[in-house]
Amino acid sequence: MNTNYWSWDRLTEAFPFVLEGIGMTIAVTFATFLFALIFGFVWLFLRRIPNRSLNWFVTWIMEFIRSTPPLVQLFFLYFAWPVIPYVGVTLSAFTCAVVGLGIHFSTYIGEIYRSGIESVEKGQWEAATALNFSIRDKWLKIILPQAIPPTIPMLGNYFIILFKEVPITSTIGVQGILYMANTFGARNWAYIEALTIVGLILLALSYPSALCIRKLEVKMNTRFNNNANKKTNKGVTSQ
Amino acid sequence: MNPIMDIAPQLARGLSITLTILVASALFAYLMAFIAGLCSLSKNILIRKITGLYVEIFRGTSLIVQLFWLVYAIPILFGLSLASNWVIGVMAIGLNYGAYLSEVVRSSILAVAPGQFEAAIALNMSSFQRMRLVIFPQAVRMMLPEFGNYTIQMLKGTALVSLIGLNDVLYFGNILRSSNLSYGPLIYIMVLVFYFILALPLIFLTRKAEKVAKKGVASS
Repeated sequence: MNTNYWSWDRLTEAFPFVLEGIGMTIAVTFATFLFALIFGFVWLFLRRIPNRSLNWFVTWIMEFIRSTPPLVQLFFLYFAWPVIPYVGVTLSAFTCAVVGLGIHFSTYIGEIYRSGIESVEKGQWEAATALNFSIRDKWLKIILPQAIPPTIPMLGNYFIILFKEVPITSTIGVQGILYMANTFGARNWAYIEALTIVGLILLALSYPSALCIRKLEVKMNTRFNNNANKKTNKGVTSQ
Repeated sequence: MNPIMDIAPQLARGLSITLTILVASALFAYLMAFIAGLCSLSKNILIRKITGLYVEIFRGTSLIVQLFWLVYAIPILFGLSLASNWVIGVMAIGLNYGAYLSEVVRSSILAVAPGQFEAAIALNMSSFQRMRLVIFPQAVRMMLPEFGNYTIQMLKGTALVSLIGLNDVLYFGNILRSSNLSYGPLIYIMVLVFYFILALPLIFLTRKAEKVAKKGVASS
């Protein structure tokens, strides 16, 4: 049976089938992003410990995670983690996706947090000390209110990048849109229509969000004069 | 026997595919980036719209979806025998990152200070001379760090070609793991180390590029 042709009938047939995966794709995206937001703080705190060799070590661990393929990291967690003695437990595909992609993206998120904090001018830190603010007040009233807003568009960008990376979790069996499309393809011996739908769904969700983020970026740039963006270039790909 | 010594040569068999895919797709992506980046600055609205469509489609969807899509679409569009999976892998990665990099090219050219442009006009340079002698040399410097970053992203992207049956490092890792399940953790860590070793020169080049980018450029 040769189905090397485009069929509109199959397209309409594939659409509801592929759409069944959208809930899972979105759930994985949100869960992973939340995980990355929290884990980003771990990197931030580790980097702020004033110990040079620890700092060097953490920087290279982050670099390692960031510059190796997330696909291999997922395979490691899903296929290899269970056979590690003592700590190895079998993880569900969903957990692997959230933890694997979450850790991968947390290295970027941690870098964004750092750039946000570093974007607060030195005078602000000195002023907080001069005014005898407690550490708590210094962070809550001076530093964080200025550090957080400029990072929001950058975090938004990474949310979209993450959303587009989530389909790779279909390789370990997370039943998102790409998984459904491949299932449909295998049943009908025709993949092209279902994959086109996956592309269109991704585009329909990511393009409007990207436009919103761009608007937000412009707004933030005028408000905060955007020190954070200038300093964040290192190792962070802005897309 | 030392298992590391057994595994490494097995994985190294995939290096040629990973490296050739990386080099070919990076060159293709750079080419697409300059074509699309310059086209997006064109005065012709039709060229701008077509370029915009290309950039938004490839930036708005995932590499893995584009890869699978091209595997099935190319035989339909151009006939079965035309493209091997190697070519399709290079096309997918090149087109995807070409779209991202075209934005880098575009924004870098726009970031050259307008005074430079005006000075070139005042010196009676033709529009081609302006671009070649004044704007471009400065814009390219500014592009370098992002080109480095995206090349690392491309290296990460090459791992996906194992999914369309190409025998890259990850492919041999998967094969090895399926025959020695208990060595799975070691095998995948070594696959990661292989990719990291390939990424190291790119990381250092990117860092160097960040320094170069700041010198001798009048940016606005």
